[in-house]
Amino acid sequence: MDILHFLVETGFWIATIRMATPLIFGTLGELICERAGVLNLGIEGIMAAGCMAGWTWVYFGGDLWSGVLFAAFIGGLFGLLHALFTVHLGLSQHVTGLGITMLAAALSSFVFKMLLPKATTPPKIIPFANLDLPLLTDIPFVGPIIAHQSPLTLLAFFMVLVVSYLLYKTPFGLSLRMCGENPLAVEAQGLSVFTIRTVAVVAGSSLMAVGGAFLTLSAFDAFYIGMVNGRGWICIALVVFSSWKPWKALLGTLLFAAFDAMQMRVQQQSTMVIPYQFYLMLPYIFSILAMVIMSRRAAYPKALLVPFRKGER
Amino acid sequence: MRLEPRENISLSLRVAAPLLAILVALGCCSALILWTGHSPLTAFFFLLKGSLGSKFAITETLTRATPLIFTGLAVAVAFRAQLWNIGAEGQLYAGACMATLLGTGLLPLPGWLIIPILFFAGACAGGLLLLGPTLLKTWFSVDEVVTTLLLNFITLLFVNWLVFGPWKDPMAMGWPQAAPVIDSATLPVLFTKTRLHLGFIIALVSAIITWVVLRFSRLGFEIRAVGHNKYASRFAGIPVRRTILFTALFSGGLAGFAGISELCGLKGYLTLDLSPGFGYSGIVVAMLAALHPLGVILSALFIATISIGADSMSRSLNISNYIADVATAVSLLTVLAAMLLSRFRLRWR
Amino acid sequence: MLDPWPERHILPMSSVEIPALQLRNITKTFGSLVANDNISLSLSQGEMLALLGENGAGKTTLMNILFGHYVATQGEIEIYGKPLVKGSPKAALATGIGMVHQHFTLADNMTVLENIILGTEPIFSFRHHLSAARVKLLKLSMKFALHVDWNTLVKDLSIGQRQRVEILKVLYRDVKILILDEPTAVLTPQESAKLFTTLRLLTGKGLSVIFITHKLKEALSGSDRCVVLRHGRMVYETATKGIKASTLAQAMVGGTLPLIKTKHPVTFSQKLLSCSNISIRGHQHQPLLDEMNLHLLKGEILGIAGVSGNGQMQLANMLSGMQTPDSGEIELNGELITHHTPREMMSAGIGRVPEDRTATGIIGDMSVRENLALESYQEPSLSRFGLLKSRSMEAYAADLIKEFDIRCPSTETQVRNLSGGNIQKLILARVLSRKPIVLLASQPTWGLDVGATAFVHKQLIQAKREGAGILLISEDLDELLQLSDRIQVLYKGKISVPVSPDQVDAATLGLAMSGHLEEFSQKIGQSAP
Repeated sequence: MDILHFLVETGFWIATIRMATPLIFGTLGELICERAGVLNLGIEGIMAAGCMAGWTWVYFGGDLWSGVLFAAFIGGLFGLLHALFTVHLGLSQHVTGLGITMLAAALSSFVFKMLLPKATTPPKIIPFANLDLPLLTDIPFVGPIIAHQSPLTLLAFFMVLVVSYLLYKTPFGLSLRMCGENPLAVEAQGLSVFTIRTVAVVAGSSLMAVGGAFLTLSAFDAFYIGMVNGRGWICIALVVFSSWKPWKALLGTLLFAAFDAMQMRVQQQSTMVIPYQFYLMLPYIFSILAMVIMSRRAAYPKALLVPFRKGER
Repeated sequence: MRLEPRENISLSLRVAAPLLAILVALGCCSALILWTGHSPLTAFFFLLKGSLGSKFAITETLTRATPLIFTGLAVAVAFRAQLWNIGAEGQLYAGACMATLLGTGLLPLPGWLIIPILFFAGACAGGLLLLGPTLLKTWFSVDEVVTTLLLNFITLLFVNWLVFGPWKDPMAMGWPQAAPVIDSATLPVLFTKTRLHLGFIIALVSAIITWVVLRFSRLGFEIRAVGHNKYASRFAGIPVRRTILFTALFSGGLAGFAGISELCGLKGYLTLDLSPGFGYSGIVVAMLAALHPLGVILSALFIATISIGADSMSRSLNISNYIADVATAVSLLTVLAAMLLSRFRLRWR
Repeated sequence: MLDPWPERHILPMSSVEIPALQLRNITKTFGSLVANDNISLSLSQGEMLALLGENGAGKTTLMNILFGHYVATQGEIEIYGKPLVKGSPKAALATGIGMVHQHFTLADNMTVLENIILGTEPIFSFRHHLSAARVKLLKLSMKFALHVDWNTLVKDLSIGQRQRVEILKVLYRDVKILILDEPTAVLTPQESAKLFTTLRLLTGKGLSVIFITHKLKEALSGSDRCVVLRHGRMVYETATKGIKASTLAQAMVGGTLPLIKTKHPVTFSQKLLSCSNISIRGHQHQPLLDEMNLHLLKGEILGIAGVSGNGQMQLANMLSGMQTPDSGEIELNGELITHHTPREMMSAGIGRVPEDRTATGIIGDMSVRENLALESYQEPSLSRFGLLKSRSMEAYAADLIKEFDIRCPSTETQVRNLSGGNIQKLILARVLSRKPIVLLASQPTWGLDVGATAFVHKQLIQAKREGAGILLISEDLDELLQLSDRIQVLYKGKISVPVSPDQVDAATLGLAMSGHLEEFSQKIGQSAP
């Protein structure tokens, strides 16, 4: 198979990791929410808001890292709204999530249009430069792949470590996981389910927004309306695929991104017998297949989608 | 903060709650309008003028409400059975594809024959598109929210291929669009010099039929039972899987109607901008109506008013018409909260 | 209503000692319902108090107020003389109140250790202090003879072990007052005895214990003092020593117990239902039902005893059509019904009263009328051409409401607003109106008050006399002994030989319930004439 030669090219793997980055943030964010028992369908819109917020911050003079922080802050605000509705009021997580997605997406477009009413071609910023880590370059094959990545990509990998430590090694992580399994147990031990779930949803939403900000601050240099393009939904499928485990989520996103990068290569190399639209469908089809394969033995957090109401037992 | 169930919910509270919610939503949007430097009152004046200010404006609003009634019904029916169909957008395009396939000359039939055939075919296409995720849900317990959402993207890419590839109309001067439907397949206009077409009447009739089915039929009884408590329904002998599959065909079919109605009644040919997200707005329409088929008509009119009005407001005041999307999303959230607060009382401590 | 105790018997308390717990004039209302009415109560150190009352008397509400799940509408609580912050389980735990809930608050997919240390460490610390936790737990388990493996997942523990985890969880927080809500509801008589030994050990070390119960025997054998609640009011208080069971019973019910004639000889010998060699396997192939055989005669009540989780659910699901056995056959009147769907089971003549009446038996958001028609709506009498006959449905509902005395404002009322007893009446009405050949009743009186329980028993006996075969699955041994013509015990999917209630007592049944099936058969063999 000459056509699969690129699998040993560093360029291909650099692309894979770059494409995986927003998905890693998004998947981790969704995973935190769901582990606490809250499905966050706001992810698609929150990522869009992150895209817009990060880019706008930098465009109007902020520096890149504070742009990332600002995106996280905006994402957290939407997360707070989602938590208020689903955790405190106990409303349908499905419908609220979709509402948050619509609101966040619409607000981003509206604010962008109002800030830059006359822009016909999308204005640009100077995005994150790729790192150059001389020591790493010397490691054969793997070295060059990770040495020349955006700092946000490294942050994404680091976040996998952080999230998994937080979930499994700290008291807060324990109570967060317990909220997703049996909130009554959490309340009976004197902790507040509301607080823990709210913190989880806000933190998760911030991560999603950083994933969105990666698109405008690192992958591209401009903001387009609709640029998230279903990545949020794919993250939700990846969370199922990963059985709600951070390291499996990393594996899942990398697999998915490799697959995506591969279809792009094959698409370029093939002699255009198959129309390009079908290649573009592949990531979505792959997500659905991944869910079908994993759903049979999926161990959902037991309290996922179940609102907790105090004094109701 | 805790929620305490209210014992008796008065009718006035039930009516007042959603209205109050919409007021709150408009208040939120006023803040945005203030930020753009305009007076909200002027903005709302232009909004209402644009959507209800003249006969033509009213017919435009009704035209816009037509697909929203269909998709709103599709979502309402599915949500009633706890089938989370977020794929009305894709199902709409599936319906529209059938119109192009059969209505552009393949079946040279008179209008009274071809229009029912097209609606039937469109409903089949929409229903079948939803059947896939539903089967995955009932047999493999795959969450249908994600699969229906992702199918929207897949369907749109498929339509993209059709209008750029095999179905591209050579007469369209290079625009990516399919051939127009034949004259007999075009839905007649209700009033001359307007764009309001037969689809609106069909939408109203569909809403009434859906209401009758849900309220008085065995299938409706089963749909409601399954939606409220799947396990108890199965225990009582209701064929749960079959009910969910019927719901899927019903819901997808209604969304398919939207595609036929838009294509044969308004656009005339298949393009990629046939629907500016009618499938997603359908969710808002259905929720605002508390999933009641007749309420869907009202809430579709409300959303259509805002969106037609916002278009004209944005032309007059230079406020981006995305304000309509913001208003729609905010009203969804506020109405959700209002309906909860009409059932519960908030207690601090 | 007759109240034989116009003035309450309040024990004199020593005025020097500060009570461990003091409740003053606690009142709690839910809307118009008064769950607790002006209750005052005190508990001294090292004392074991039984809080008695019928289902719905307000016991659990009172304890939930004490633990902070609810906030009292009025009243004060003091712990060792200090006022308790209201509505906060956290404050309750900090002051030394621990609660073991009737429905355990454990997460199944987590380990015992994780369940215990949850919430005991500062929440924002960067790691768990597991070794310290293990040392402390080891000490506790030695001290109170409570042994559990820390690293197993809770879902792999038996019910008795889970309860031990719950108690350890509370002891780990160094509580001074321990509340247990219906602690023996799910235990075998032997396990219950063990529990009370543990509780005695605790009070010996200076802890105070309150346990909620509706079983008189337990209160009499286990407590130092009994407090009786009825309709939310405290109606009786007494030292346990020397008090008679009948006195307590009258205080609980507020009069003499209704007597129903329960025993009617089985007059038929026709075999209605038989299950042969039924096996059902669970996730890791562990047997949930293991080569089970049983048969049911016409006009007979066959009682199935056992601690829940030993295959009762599978047996009930199977006969309801909700689950198909992996092997074996079910026959009803000679017809094979092994693979029937729920609807086919019903048309074959099996009536089903489910265990979880609110989750399985009714659709809470639908009306009384619709719930009554739930099993019969597709019959020609209630629908035609795919449309429901509204008038017939209404008449059908009105008839049943009258016949079964279902108390509801109208046929349009949502069923979720009905009381437990009325919900059970509704289910019985729906099932019995179809004149079933075999009636499957799972825990039919669980959580019902005396009146509703008597009603259910009356209906079961009525059905039996009309010739139905009744399979009664229950955890309440008294109920089984009172109603059944034969009793069989389920343990880990295996079923014991049938035994007549005249031949056994609760303790002997307890042997079988805790797995000593051999010993059980021997004992029955001996006592049989």
